[in-house]
Amino acid sequence: MSGQQSIRDTFFEECEELLEALVEGLAEMEDPDHSKETVNAVFRAVHSIKGGAGAFGLDELVHFAHTFETVLDKVRSDTLEADPDLLKLFQRSGDQLANLVEAARDDKDPNRDAQAVVLGELQKYLGAEDAEEEIVFDAMGLDFGAELVLPDLLDIEDTSDSSESADSSDGQSSLKIAIRFAPKRSLFENGHEPLLLFDAIAELGTLTVSADTSAIPAFAAFDPAEPGIIWKLTLETSESETVLHEVFEFVDSLCDIDIKVQQQEKQSAAPSETIEAEQPKAQAAPDVPEASAAPEAPEMSPERPARGPVKQPAPSSSAASAPANTAAAADRDHRGPKPTLRVDLDRVDRLINTVGELIINQAMIVQRIEELDLPSGANLTNELEAYKLLARDIQEGVMAIRAQPVKPLFQRMSRIVREASDATGKNARMVTVGDATEVDKTVIERLADPLTHMVRNAVDHGLESPEKRRAMGKDEIGTIRMSAAHRSGSVFIEIGDDGAGLNRPRILETAIKKGLIAPDAELSETEIDNLLFLPGFSTAAEVSALSGRGVGMDVVKNAVQALGGRVSITSTPGRGTTFTIILPLTLAVMDGFVISVAQETMVIPIASILETITPHARDLHRIGMYGEVLRVRGRYVPIVDVAQNLGLQRNVDTNGNGVLLLVETEMQELNALRVDAIHDQRQVVIKSLESNYGRIPGVSAATILGDGKIALILDPEELVKLNSDDVAPMPIIANQEDLHHAFHS
Amino acid sequence: MHSTPEASEAKTFEFVAFSAGSQSYCLEITQIREIRRWAPVTALPHTPSDVLGVMNLRGAVIPIFDLAARFGLGKTPDNERNVVIVAAAGGNTIGLLVESVSEILSVNTDTIQQTPDIKSEATRNSIQGVIAVDEEMIRVVNLDAVLGADAGLAA
Repeated sequence: MSGQQSIRDTFFEECEELLEALVEGLAEMEDPDHSKETVNAVFRAVHSIKGGAGAFGLDELVHFAHTFETVLDKVRSDTLEADPDLLKLFQRSGDQLANLVEAARDDKDPNRDAQAVVLGELQKYLGAEDAEEEIVFDAMGLDFGAELVLPDLLDIEDTSDSSESADSSDGQSSLKIAIRFAPKRSLFENGHEPLLLFDAIAELGTLTVSADTSAIPAFAAFDPAEPGIIWKLTLETSESETVLHEVFEFVDSLCDIDIKVQQQEKQSAAPSETIEAEQPKAQAAPDVPEASAAPEAPEMSPERPARGPVKQPAPSSSAASAPANTAAAADRDHRGPKPTLRVDLDRVDRLINTVGELIINQAMIVQRIEELDLPSGANLTNELEAYKLLARDIQEGVMAIRAQPVKPLFQRMSRIVREASDATGKNARMVTVGDATEVDKTVIERLADPLTHMVRNAVDHGLESPEKRRAMGKDEIGTIRMSAAHRSGSVFIEIGDDGAGLNRPRILETAIKKGLIAPDAELSETEIDNLLFLPGFSTAAEVSALSGRGVGMDVVKNAVQALGGRVSITSTPGRGTTFTIILPLTLAVMDGFVISVAQETMVIPIASILETITPHARDLHRIGMYGEVLRVRGRYVPIVDVAQNLGLQRNVDTNGNGVLLLVETEMQELNALRVDAIHDQRQVVIKSLESNYGRIPGVSAATILGDGKIALILDPEELVKLNSDDVAPMPIIANQEDLHHAFHS
Repeated sequence: MHSTPEASEAKTFEFVAFSAGSQSYCLEITQIREIRRWAPVTALPHTPSDVLGVMNLRGAVIPIFDLAARFGLGKTPDNERNVVIVAAAGGNTIGLLVESVSEILSVNTDTIQQTPDIKSEATRNSIQGVIAVDEEMIRVVNLDAVLGADAGLAA
């Protein structure tokens, strides 16, 4: 049972990859110069989904994929031209296919209405002859007894496919095709069975099969695991050659195959004797009985019993390949499996944790050795440095495993854009930039929902109706732009629209009406924009079916904050709105300054610090009772006392001014954080405080230092905020010098 | 853990007895992960006084509570015998600073008495029952209640 479940899981995982390839291919097809291979790739993706779906009895999915595939096949065989309308339909079909896959995976009901519409449109492209063909799957039960059943199913699936594609071919004069089929060892190891393939071919026409046993070595050197027979097949068929390629589609990397269209049937006189004649009898004599058993051998004895060097069956030497054959070869190259490895996420995470411990341990060792006070220039120091670099390399390598391009996420969003524009009657296109940007897998997963919401919002509320856009002299088709980029240790993801921009008066009005702000509040534009993030805020005049789902932007903000990120808005009336999500690159480590604040050791992320300043007394000025500012190149920057904001008592004995760290908040406001001293710069492993305790304002997480002690990681952004609202300023027991300074500045 | 002494089937449970704020308490042994010597912790800002800070437990960051302070018995004075009981409570791992750990008790469930009906509801909730050992009354701590909502623990 669980075995079947895992096969099912694998199928859906593969579906995801196939859907990705499908979307990619469809996008390429929009380029008028796309290669034939692109169409083939799209076709293959749909076809493979259909094949797998058939094996799991997902009839709806099979039916849809089949219709989709049949139309694609017409494009592939040049009987149908892929004009923009059709491409758009393909896009929507791809969306529906993805929906169906998701529905099947989650055992939910798909949106049948939308599906029926797309299906209907697809069927319009089909002639009467291929509109209602029966899709027959012979062995579609869910009874997975033996491990070898799945490949068999695929083979059989092929059969049905070939028979159905028959209709799409012209089916006029019959062809005579010679096939040279030399299975590789891997074909048998993957549980394929030539007999089933031959059966499938036999259904296409009249088939003659003969075995060329010349490649079978002498008995002493014989390796039962090594296939020795080269099969020669002659097929007389009315089918097109592509159908034949489909039969071998699932094994084409597992065998040497050479398909030659010999001649049209009319001229064909030579029956199979010619091929029969090629079979050399002389050499094969003692081996033949074994040889016939050879193909089955690997299934029965997985370990390789032979030791002598066994020659692979001679590769096809025939240079004269039909044009279609080179296409098939190109096919193979393109399809050559990306060398990837599917690994259980748990294992990766365990590895990441261990590497985190390694980094901590390395810091500990360094600290211990420093305590030994070795003479300077000791070799040990160099080795330690190398150790540090190695640990860092390992750590970065491990983190890279988790990093994934945002492409699939963006692709999903373009689907959302299409769905949303369909639902709202708006025209929208999606532009993505930087979709190769890699982000931690967890971040990608947890961003899906907030992004979906934001993209829907952008189409629903951001873009104007086509009429309005036309009236304003804009392109009728609105653009939703998604970009991702790495910038200074963070990931920036932007979702922008070229719509009307935020309607600030209305936002203000709504906020006042909902009692979120006082009626007489004076707010800056940025502050008004940020009202969107308040819980219980929704600007939609009437809650639309699309974006009004009880989720507000506050949910988006919370989701992003939970990932250690931030969201900000910029908006220009008439020009559009852009949301920017800033996320940490990884969730596991960061570079930080080790600082001390009121005798406590803490860490502050380097990424957030613009500059460190050891202030001169003449640059410090007091404002009011507790306020203090720093003059930086003619600009006055408020000073935020970290100790005070954390409710720690600052030791007034230490030199009063400490070190100032210049930080910029998301609102582009400068602030200077006052700390006692900076001790070191190092990579620290981020440990969650929330998992065992909870959130503490001004603190984003904790880390473990070289001495095994815990240091808190500060959140500069929040520290600054604490300054402005939450914390009532505690009077510092100012020392005489401070007071003196205040009076004379 | 049963606070109902009427339980028809008497079972034996093991408790670790300790002292906090000069009173005797105990915790069921299965809740306890380990017992460590007290070592200075990293203080957390913006936390109540019974939250001493966080410490490193083999790479995990766990909060340490002063149990006596939590029960309103005043802060535990510094002492060499002070220990931290690392316990699991509601999915979290936490540490409790106590004065000392005394013994392991094997107790039959029917010898656990219901918490006397005292006025303070908070106390009634945080004490699951009492066990009489010789002359002493040992209070069975209800860890989840003690570290309830106001502990700052994320749910």
